[in-house]
Amino acid sequence: MSYLARRLLTFPLVMLGVSILVFFAIRMVPGDAITAMLGTEAGLLTPAQRAALAAYFGIDKPILVQYWSWLLGVLQGDLGISVIHGKPALAIILERFPLTLQLALMSMCVALLVGLPAGVFAATRNEKMSDLAVRIFAMIGQSTPNFVVGLLIIYALSAGFGILPTMGEFTPLFTDPLRNLGQMILPAITLGFAFAASVTRISRSAMLDVLSDDYVRTARSKGVPKRSVIWRHALPNALIPVVTLSGVEFGYLLGGAVLVEQIYALPGLGRLVLEAILQRDYALVQGCVLFIAFNFLVVNLLVDLLYVTLDPRIRLGEGN
Amino acid sequence: MSMLRAIFSHPSGRIGGTIVLLYIVVALLGMSGITPHNPLQQFRIDRLHAPSALYWMGTDLFGRDVASRLMNGIGQSFLVAFCSVAIATFAGTVLGLTAAWFGKAWDGLVMRIMDVLLAFPAILLALLIIAVVGPGTWTSVAAIAIVYTPIFTRVVRGPALSIKAREFVDAARTFGSSRRYILTRHLLLNLVAPLTVQVTLALAWSLLTEAGLSFLGLGTQPPASSLGLMLADSRNLMENAPWMLIFPAVAIMISILGFNLLGDALRDILDPKTRRSAP
Repeated sequence: MSYLARRLLTFPLVMLGVSILVFFAIRMVPGDAITAMLGTEAGLLTPAQRAALAAYFGIDKPILVQYWSWLLGVLQGDLGISVIHGKPALAIILERFPLTLQLALMSMCVALLVGLPAGVFAATRNEKMSDLAVRIFAMIGQSTPNFVVGLLIIYALSAGFGILPTMGEFTPLFTDPLRNLGQMILPAITLGFAFAASVTRISRSAMLDVLSDDYVRTARSKGVPKRSVIWRHALPNALIPVVTLSGVEFGYLLGGAVLVEQIYALPGLGRLVLEAILQRDYALVQGCVLFIAFNFLVVNLLVDLLYVTLDPRIRLGEGN
Repeated sequence: MSMLRAIFSHPSGRIGGTIVLLYIVVALLGMSGITPHNPLQQFRIDRLHAPSALYWMGTDLFGRDVASRLMNGIGQSFLVAFCSVAIATFAGTVLGLTAAWFGKAWDGLVMRIMDVLLAFPAILLALLIIAVVGPGTWTSVAAIAIVYTPIFTRVVRGPALSIKAREFVDAARTFGSSRRYILTRHLLLNLVAPLTVQVTLALAWSLLTEAGLSFLGLGTQPPASSLGLMLADSRNLMENAPWMLIFPAVAIMISILGFNLLGDALRDILDPKTRRSAP
């Protein structure tokens, strides 16, 4: 079977596994669902009322039947009702998702804008002082958790300039783009910081590999200017690992947004998961986790497809 | 011994190794209570005291000594990181080895489960586990262990499959060596190199994950100290008491840097093939 077909076939299987894991994990929460829903008021229920509620929510049925009807619901876009918000979980998730998506996209831009030139620069000055400096910065960048970056940025701004970047109501992109970008740029830098470091390291090593290839030497010996060799001949081939990394990291950015959104008080998907966990809103936890995992898998699938397009050698390799 | 010499003659190994050794000493001191002050004792008169000869890194809102809490917190973070990576390494190695050895249905089952676990961004899977079990030190150990087990399973299974197909394993089988002997002596011993690299890098990630979880209030619970928790405490006080932010922040960065540098050095030393292509 070709790589592509196998990859497409495993996607629904993995997604099914994810749904099983998420469903049964939430069912393992200690205590029954009705108490979780009603809190202390559940103590006032008579056994008959309790049984009626259990029948209403379908939790008196065998667990596999419950899973099946839940799965059918999920396939039709029904992720359950959030107890705290009193709305369908999917509606809340879709309200919060654009912010997280924008944050992830912006931090990816930050990472590529900083990381690619830095990596190419370091590769062309291999083993010189400037290369060493870039590598040290990249290593430190990779070792700094994003919430530490965020806290340090906030501290530097408030101590140095007396500004508190977290203040004010959040403005959506299409209401007031300028104000929105102003609010999002620091979170994007925070989230993209470690990613920029990874991009620097991987583009440096990919560029070094490509620069030692024969065709680059041929181009140089034909008298093509150095700058043109680097940007026109070498870079496109060095981009393949960067694309893979970016795709994989993009999925992580969606998840890593939890901490950054928390620090900058942004009402995104990551913060929604956290609130749902802290408030024990299990339908919402379940919905959010499923939604993020789905996106993560889709992005990974797209990256693999893109990778195949970029590098035809993969299509033929069987691997295991 | 020769391994230690190799690490210390590698430039990033020297820095990384020294950092890691220093942190282990600090962690042991912090866990065994050998700190400048009692990390839980509240010196009420000296609340939010700036760093001084008495309080090397200042005090926090409750007048607790930041240096002592930092030492204790490093101990706590290292405890979580080491325990979770130990569990993940053990589970991943057993699963990866048996998947490679028995193949067929068992291999399929194990690897599909690992695929499912890998379908979550790490912090999200940890959050899901904590949502189910409730926050705490040992929950974070379990959560981080589960998050990193699939990576170890994959790191072990791939090479184990190729070693299994080599002649010397066939030879051992024809000699009548037991399955356990072949698995531990022939397969596992040949996997020590990639596993060592992976363990070092996983320690860096799990320190990062632990700090993140306790920063969110879902890891180590107060009044115990951990680096993430100390940073969370510093959020509203950073302007008046920047020492509460700077010291734990730098401590986290340097600890992760140490493991990353050591991991890179080990990869160079143990696996020269990946030297150039390593990210």
